[in-house]
Amino acid sequence: MTEPRRGVIGRLRERLGRTRSGLVENIRRVFSGGGAVGDEVFDGLEEVLIEADLGVDTTLSIVEHMRSVAKERRIQDADALYEVLKQELTTILEPGDHALRWEADSGPHVTLVVGVNGSGKTTTIGKLAAHLTAAGKSVLLGAADTFRAAAVEQLTIWSERTGVPIIKHQDGADPAAVAYDAADAAAARGVDCLLVDTAGRLHTKVNLMEELKKIQRVVGKRLPGAPHDVLLVLDATTGQNGLQQAKLFTEALNVTGVALTKLDGTAKGGIVVAIQKQLGIPIKLIGVGEGVDDLQPFNAADFVEALFA
Amino acid sequence: MFESLSKKLERAFKNIRGQGKLTEKNMKDSLQEIRLALLEADVNYKVVKQFVADVQDAAIGQHVLDSIQPGQQIVKLVHDELVKLMGGGNEPLKMAQTPPTIIMLVGLQGQGKTTTAGKLAFHLKKKGHKPLLVGADVYRPAAIKQLEVVAGQAGVESFSLGENADPVDTCVMARGEAQMRGCDVILLDTAGRLHVDGQMMDEVRRIHAQVSPHEILFVANAMTGQDAVNSAKQFNDALPLTGVFLTQMDGDARGGAAISLITVTGRPIKFIGTGEKLDAIQAFHPRRMADQILGMGDVVSLVEKAQEVVDQEKALQFQEKARKASWDLEDFLEQMQQVKKMGSMGELLNKIPGMSKMMGKDVEFDEDELKYTEAIIYSMTPKERHNPKVINGSRRRRIADGSGTSVQDVNRLLKEFQQTKKMVKQMMKGKGGKGRMGNRARLPF
Repeated sequence: MTEPRRGVIGRLRERLGRTRSGLVENIRRVFSGGGAVGDEVFDGLEEVLIEADLGVDTTLSIVEHMRSVAKERRIQDADALYEVLKQELTTILEPGDHALRWEADSGPHVTLVVGVNGSGKTTTIGKLAAHLTAAGKSVLLGAADTFRAAAVEQLTIWSERTGVPIIKHQDGADPAAVAYDAADAAAARGVDCLLVDTAGRLHTKVNLMEELKKIQRVVGKRLPGAPHDVLLVLDATTGQNGLQQAKLFTEALNVTGVALTKLDGTAKGGIVVAIQKQLGIPIKLIGVGEGVDDLQPFNAADFVEALFA
Repeated sequence: MFESLSKKLERAFKNIRGQGKLTEKNMKDSLQEIRLALLEADVNYKVVKQFVADVQDAAIGQHVLDSIQPGQQIVKLVHDELVKLMGGGNEPLKMAQTPPTIIMLVGLQGQGKTTTAGKLAFHLKKKGHKPLLVGADVYRPAAIKQLEVVAGQAGVESFSLGENADPVDTCVMARGEAQMRGCDVILLDTAGRLHVDGQMMDEVRRIHAQVSPHEILFVANAMTGQDAVNSAKQFNDALPLTGVFLTQMDGDARGGAAISLITVTGRPIKFIGTGEKLDAIQAFHPRRMADQILGMGDVVSLVEKAQEVVDQEKALQFQEKARKASWDLEDFLEQMQQVKKMGSMGELLNKIPGMSKMMGKDVEFDEDELKYTEAIIYSMTPKERHNPKVINGSRRRRIADGSGTSVQDVNRLLKEFQQTKKMVKQMMKGKGGKGRMGNRARLPF
């Protein structure tokens, strides 16, 4: 986002402290086996990566890669191998466009926020609204979660907190109609950014995914080129199903990136490595706490550094 | 639900099945596949390690050598170990001897606690209780409002001191409030919190100390990964959890978290959430879940649900007609209406063994289709319903006009009806009245 890069690593380290400690401990244990690199190091590494939710395939491929690198370069001590691991993870996470620009060629920039139930969509939108406002952008919220009880109220409270106007209908209204009205209002008022909240839905519910497609379509009808970003909000505690979520949401919509939330617990969110590796969907944002400033832009090197430092 | 894991294990067993006899070597391969399958299903690494070791211990020795059908042997072993891991039998809610019973819901953010509170209230209300929903989440914006709306939908009472009150006070006051309103069950909806947040964990500890709940349910999402063990352990250390409520079981998550949660907390899973609607709640049955993990379907719970709503006599009549293949569109309509009462068709179809395998993924059923079908059949004369063969071109046009559909829609329905009829007839003929097919035929469609 708009925040300067300086201090990001420090902040991340501090916030990821809880996530880190367990992982670092494990990594240290793995790599402190007397210095020599043997099978037990690779087995330990497998355990660490699996427990970080990277998944079987991704873990096995990373471990295999490290085995061959260790052999090729005749790596004998664990520290050097540890560097190889960080490098490999960074290489996987780096490709793609991780930036969010919040600018359209013409008219308002529209972001559609989607994800399964309880991943943190509305909270992410609230934080984004605060961020963008602080950066001097004019923002409008679209309350297209008309299904869940009091979802509109929840977003309305964020709108009041951030002083950002909101377009909403009654509970149970057609979410596509809300999205259209929000796009219409965004154009008429000439705001910089429109953030559209949608109801949480399981990616396997075909009808609900069709509903999202329709929302994407009508927004584009009112504002050609919109939505400019479709953010998939993913809970860091999610296991291997995260890959399936990313796959099906991407098949249905033009998902431009992932917002990884709830990294302030002990979950490592390693599924994003698989998502980036297998589907090529870049991570754009990470949520490392409840505060408005705890939503951070993603940077692969910083992320890996913070995880393993 | 657990379809993907089933497929994995099936593949592992197939390797054994092809080989007549179970050797230590081919079992090793299969166990490795089971290990990977369980890891991919999000069962925690350490839990998997223990599980695979247990299966191996149980398999080696007397079982291995005299095994006649090694594939089935391993299936049974894995099944038994899974059941053992997931606990003995289905455990109901513990109700207080003198009301009110207090049930406390705790967990991380976004697991579905508020929706779950509504489902439990609705479930208890159907069993003749009078629940009081208590909103103690003062942190998430509009969480209390959400609970009030949910209470309204469930047709139960709700109470909260509001967002500015101490949630501990709200929970304490709830007891008197329940007494005043004649409620016999109190459901405390607490805020989602991180297990590493000392202050927030202290808050639930204080609530617990003040109200002494009879049940403390840890609400967790079926999509949770490896970290399930960490959060569950810390909640379990902070509070004497009595059980787990596993939500979002209607997705395609393999749900290995269930196994992790039970292992770490030593507490049973008491319910599962299977949809967004208030009646999408089911008891957890380890054996059934293990059946499901191994791809044996979930026939028992389907039958149970059917028994709740389906008129038994009508079902029997239908069975009789189906056997004789004399059922008509009138019966077809009636059956559909019965099925509708049971909840979404999709939810139902997914419980039929082999159904999701047949369709490749979770079956989705367009509920609107039912409405159209209903309208088309309503637009037919009794004679037409009884004997669809008389429906000629002009009758088709009349029926289409009457139901606001097209002739193509009418044609499609008639064709589907014929195919279904044929299928039912074959099912009946194939397996007689007993066994698995017999059970299935008792179902209303």
